[in-house]
Amino acid sequence: MDAARPPILEVRGLRKSFGHSEVLRGIDLAVAPQEMVFIIGPSGSGKSTLLRCCNRLEEPTSGAVHLGGVDLMAPSTDINAMRRKIGMVFQSFNLYPHMTALGNVTLALRKVAARSRTDAETLGMAALDRVGLAAKAKSYPGELSGGQQQRVAIARALALEPTVMLFDEPTSALDPELVGSVLAVMRELKAAGMTMLVVSHEMRFARDAADRVIFMDHGVIVEEGAPDQIFAKPREARTRAFIAGLTRS
Amino acid sequence: MNDWSRFVEAFFKSNLIEQYLPSILQGVVTTIEIALAVVVTGLAFGLALAVVRSFEIRPLNVLIIILVDILRALPPLVIVLIVYFGLPNVGVSIPSFAVLWLVLSLVLAAFAEEIFWAGILSVPKGQWEAARSTGLSFLGTLGYIVLPQAVRLTVPPITNRTVAITKNTALGTVIGVPEILNQATTAQSFSGNATPLMMGALAYIILFIPVVALGRYLETRFAWRRN
Amino acid sequence: MEAIIQQFFNLDIMARALPLVLAGLRQTLLLCFIVIPLGLVGGLVFALASLSSSRTVRWSMIAAIDFFRAVPPLVLLIFVYSGLPFAGIRLSPLTAVAVAFFLNTSSYYGEIYRAGIESVGRGQWDAARSTGLSAVSTLSHVVLPQAVRNVLPDLVSNTVEVVKLTSIASVVALPELLYSADMARSVTFNASPIVLAAAIYLVMLWPVVRLISRLERRMAS
Repeated sequence: MDAARPPILEVRGLRKSFGHSEVLRGIDLAVAPQEMVFIIGPSGSGKSTLLRCCNRLEEPTSGAVHLGGVDLMAPSTDINAMRRKIGMVFQSFNLYPHMTALGNVTLALRKVAARSRTDAETLGMAALDRVGLAAKAKSYPGELSGGQQQRVAIARALALEPTVMLFDEPTSALDPELVGSVLAVMRELKAAGMTMLVVSHEMRFARDAADRVIFMDHGVIVEEGAPDQIFAKPREARTRAFIAGLTRS
Repeated sequence: MNDWSRFVEAFFKSNLIEQYLPSILQGVVTTIEIALAVVVTGLAFGLALAVVRSFEIRPLNVLIIILVDILRALPPLVIVLIVYFGLPNVGVSIPSFAVLWLVLSLVLAAFAEEIFWAGILSVPKGQWEAARSTGLSFLGTLGYIVLPQAVRLTVPPITNRTVAITKNTALGTVIGVPEILNQATTAQSFSGNATPLMMGALAYIILFIPVVALGRYLETRFAWRRN
Repeated sequence: MEAIIQQFFNLDIMARALPLVLAGLRQTLLLCFIVIPLGLVGGLVFALASLSSSRTVRWSMIAAIDFFRAVPPLVLLIFVYSGLPFAGIRLSPLTAVAVAFFLNTSSYYGEIYRAGIESVGRGQWDAARSTGLSAVSTLSHVVLPQAVRNVLPDLVSNTVEVVKLTSIASVVALPELLYSADMARSVTFNASPIVLAAAIYLVMLWPVVRLISRLERRMAS
């Protein structure tokens, strides 16, 4: 991590319990501007919960989350205004089935960012264009392939001009032949300087696109480092076992 | 006189049709007025209750559930009679058509609340999360994302239930609301002939067959809860 | 407040009305035991006929079902009870109620069964018939059990509606629960007997209404 630049997203001492089981046990994480951080780890390790705590879709039990210096946990913070700056992309797309692709992308622009309809549509079309789907603006989610749906979902987050984007297993629900188009969009975002926090099983993509890889297990960060180091020379036994399991399968 | 002409004489006597058509039509107007009023207030109140319920405020939800359960468990005629005969004796007097409107609205609201609430619950959690993640508020998410999907899902059951409950406007005859059945039975006892009754029955059929058919059409179109 | 209690929850009057109201309850239960089985069986016949391969049978059954769903049950009852005598058909209140309610409830049950049977995939028929099962066996052992399971909440819910429906038999002077309570009301000039009847309906039906909500929720998930 570049120490000269202050982090844009900072998580400190984050804990989250569901009933009696503690899913996150003290997470410290700082993401620098324009950095792409990958979070990997076995299922149930708390990766998704960590991501969802970053925009308080999941309410942390304790700990702090700061975005651009603003304390997300503070009662005085307007969380809805902050969420505009934190784009989120879900495993199951979660497009609104009763709205067109453009409708999906422009809703929050109009209702949260209070843009006029024409303004919102201009921005929405630009966002759809960035994911290569301007031609599908009038299509409903049901008429789109999984890959196209996920790209619309990315455009929906992108249109709000977020400062950071969270990707929660964005390709896990896709047929293998559709994964590439989504990864290509993510690669382009990275090239354009978007800050990204990604939970994913696309290890090859992590290896050549990520700036940093974090390995989580049982609610803690076990190890972090450059992709080459994590994948080729993991220091911790647990990381080694996980990576070895991946390459076997 | 053969059987057929005796049948026509008893059920389709032409001079009686002419004589009582105006009062039956009067009844049709009254029935339509009350039915429309019931549909509007019942559905609106039911939707409002479902929205309140989605805030998950426990004591409030318990109250809603109790109210809805009672209204679903009691025969509407029982409620009509309690309100109609009971309220004047405690100093509240409301006209009989208002009693009918009030009671049927409450009953429809109760059933509608259950159906709308089931619809709200059936919208996947991911829809809430996606909307909230773009900064939409709880109410914004409910209004723009969840309700449009929930309501669409509930169109067929709501239609069928609404038809079943608005048909209960016929209960108004028991408390003297001059709707179709009331006009028909009054005319029948004056004329000593079943023709007005037949006219009343036909009026109901003409009125409700289209909505019943609409319900059937919507059911096949929306295919609600079919696995 | 005092007036409300006097008028609606007068325990004295309720106690005096109780024997009459309980006699009415017996009639209501009797009606239920006649109308519900009749409706369940009649509805199945309606449903099977409405799924017949003959277009004429199918459409006339659907028309009949819609016809009886469009007519308010009270209109049907009054027509049967005080209209049919003009055609020389004179029925006792109980028979009139049974006939009118049979037509009404069978239509509703029929529509529910039909949806249930349609919800069972064609593949189930094909699989069962391919093993040599007759049409009747396929229906009774393979299709109907699944169909009923799929529409169970609706069947139970309609049964609640039937029990509530019996209250309108009071209009043709059948001395069931509501009629008896209303008799007591007209003698005492007090609504408490009807509130008592309402309480009895609640005791009978509230648990079922709760059950329906739970069933529906389970089906939805």
